[in-house]
Amino acid sequence: MRRTTRIAAAGLGVTSLMALSACGGGDNGGDANADAWILTGGGWPAIQEDFDRWNEANEDAQIDTEAIENDSYKGQIRTAVGSGEAPTLIMSWTGGALLEYAEEERIVDLSEHTGELESRVFDSVWQNGQVEDSTYAVPLNDVQPVVMYYNQSVFDEAGVEIPETWEDVEAAIETFNENDVAPFSLAGGSVWPALMWLQYLTDRHGGEEVFAAVVEGEEGAWDNESILFALETMQDLGENGGYIDTYNSVTADQNEDAQLLADGQAAMLLQGSWVYSTINQDFPEFAESGDFGFTSFPTLEDGAGDPSNIVGNPANFWSVSADASEEEQQIAFDYISENLYNEETVTSMLEAGSLPPLSDIEDQIAETEDSDFLQFSSDLVGEANHFQLSWDQAVAPEVAQPLTDNLSQILRGDMTPEQFVEAMNSL
Amino acid sequence: MALPAVLFFGIFALIPLIGVVVISFMEWNVLGSPTWVGLSNWQAVLFDRPFTWTALGLTITFVIGSYLFQAPVALLLGVFMAGQQRYRALLAVLYFLPLLFSSVAVGLTFQSLFSPNYGLSAALPFEWLPNDWLSNSDLVMWVMIFVVGWCFVPFHGLLYQAGVRQIPQSMYEAATIDGAGRVRQFFSITIPQLRYTIITSSTLMLVGSLTYFDLIFVLTGGQPADAVRILPLDMYVTGFSSYNLGYASVIAVILVAIGLTLSLALNIISGSSKMESDKAGA
Repeated sequence: MRRTTRIAAAGLGVTSLMALSACGGGDNGGDANADAWILTGGGWPAIQEDFDRWNEANEDAQIDTEAIENDSYKGQIRTAVGSGEAPTLIMSWTGGALLEYAEEERIVDLSEHTGELESRVFDSVWQNGQVEDSTYAVPLNDVQPVVMYYNQSVFDEAGVEIPETWEDVEAAIETFNENDVAPFSLAGGSVWPALMWLQYLTDRHGGEEVFAAVVEGEEGAWDNESILFALETMQDLGENGGYIDTYNSVTADQNEDAQLLADGQAAMLLQGSWVYSTINQDFPEFAESGDFGFTSFPTLEDGAGDPSNIVGNPANFWSVSADASEEEQQIAFDYISENLYNEETVTSMLEAGSLPPLSDIEDQIAETEDSDFLQFSSDLVGEANHFQLSWDQAVAPEVAQPLTDNLSQILRGDMTPEQFVEAMNSL
Repeated sequence: MALPAVLFFGIFALIPLIGVVVISFMEWNVLGSPTWVGLSNWQAVLFDRPFTWTALGLTITFVIGSYLFQAPVALLLGVFMAGQQRYRALLAVLYFLPLLFSSVAVGLTFQSLFSPNYGLSAALPFEWLPNDWLSNSDLVMWVMIFVVGWCFVPFHGLLYQAGVRQIPQSMYEAATIDGAGRVRQFFSITIPQLRYTIITSSTLMLVGSLTYFDLIFVLTGGQPADAVRILPLDMYVTGFSSYNLGYASVIAVILVAIGLTLSLALNIISGSSKMESDKAGA
């Protein structure tokens, strides 16, 4: 879901389709080293350092790494896996892609090779690596729940309390509008931030089963009252002053949505946990003013969903390639069971402000600079009954694009919720 | 002597092109093995997928719009810069600046300029200025034509400048003696003499905008789809977001076919295949 860098994909350009067949893959055979592809930027340097330490300590079990840019990674890994040239360790966001890998038997069952990991990782995160009760992927980095950020000074000026229920939200919208300030910032131009709204509203209204039916390919599963409720609510927020009036032109690429919150032009922003560090870096005045706050998505009276449910990116996950040699696989198993989330790596992740999805690191969190936010996120994830992976990752790739396109039409009012549901069902 | 060029062309153009044609008859999601499906991709893309025609319509609008915007501006700019006016050199440097910028940098800059809350519309005190440049379905295509034109006009201006400088000064002197004014000279000497430059530049503009991708992708991400997703973007999205390589290859082959037809047609209409010279004294 975090596609802040579609810019880089532009580098792929038109020619990439023609050059696809020329894409190289990892090596399987020749030398005994296992290999792994990681990404550039974000928290990935910490993972690279972790591999460096592993390689220093395990001379006979080397893992070669290669860092690839986010957007081109998705295409490259798919090509590599498809041609049997995948690296030993295959990184994914789970969801539709993981399911396909498992169904095509491109990755191996890890159930016997995860060591103590299962007992340390939050259950709501761990679930995402399961395919038919077997573990096919294990988390490797930080958990990224979607939370509600707010600007306290805007609330104080309007005399509004931080909303806890949807009724509170509706009352707050009215007051904010009377005060000429936008209740919610939203980067509708990027579309994916709006998906977070659709996910939370659907979940609060109908629970996680609603979308589970879609993922399982149930006939007509999109035609659900909760999804319709969510879409109608979003259009209502758009038309009646819930979202900032320019929301369709605001994009997340350059963090304009966060800027609107920092500037006090909007009172709240629903975004991923990574925006916390964005705001600290880009808008330090706001971050240090004491007005920067965060809370969970409001509850919905009479909603069937568990109010502890959250949505977002559970983490990136490792799987092990079925095309790798036994020797390479063994190195990967050892790395996963002995080394993942070791103390040194957890410390460096926490120092960078990212949160490993582990239940046994409360003391370490308390010592960090961002302990408030990290503890809040950790509680959110730890107490969640269900952690909904972003819908565009959870569905098959051929469904993800129409989902984005249709949602964009919902945001612009070019499509009714009924038409949306019909279009998605017909795929 | 031509061997390196032939090899280069074969490896980087011809073989991938044949590959794309083959894949257009296959169903392939990259992950599994491609399977032969005959004409069904073609049938689906051409007849069962209304968006193909929407995208084609948008592409035609974009190509024609870009041409109508870029060609006159580039021609006038080139003629101006070939002259002897004061400050010409300084102005020429300024005009050429866009040529030096990467399209991603240009895209991000314009994105900031078009931002509704922090861009031009917010900064300027004009109430009538729209603030939804990139999300308004009726507006976004024209914005794209402008931004892409802004990037490419300097290049074509350079072509015209070189062309104008090759026109013998004696022709203008003779025309002046015959009593022709500057406008008459422009239409009777400059334009006819620039004939081949115009053909070259037009071919590059038309085929270039037919396959254009970068700036539109950076600025809009292909949304709103029914207002801005021209065929090259449609191809990218179909191939690399939906992983439907079969459909994407059909779109690619359609683009290649249109592009080749267009440049061949331009060549034939202009008669440039005859390669005769109309320069004075030749």
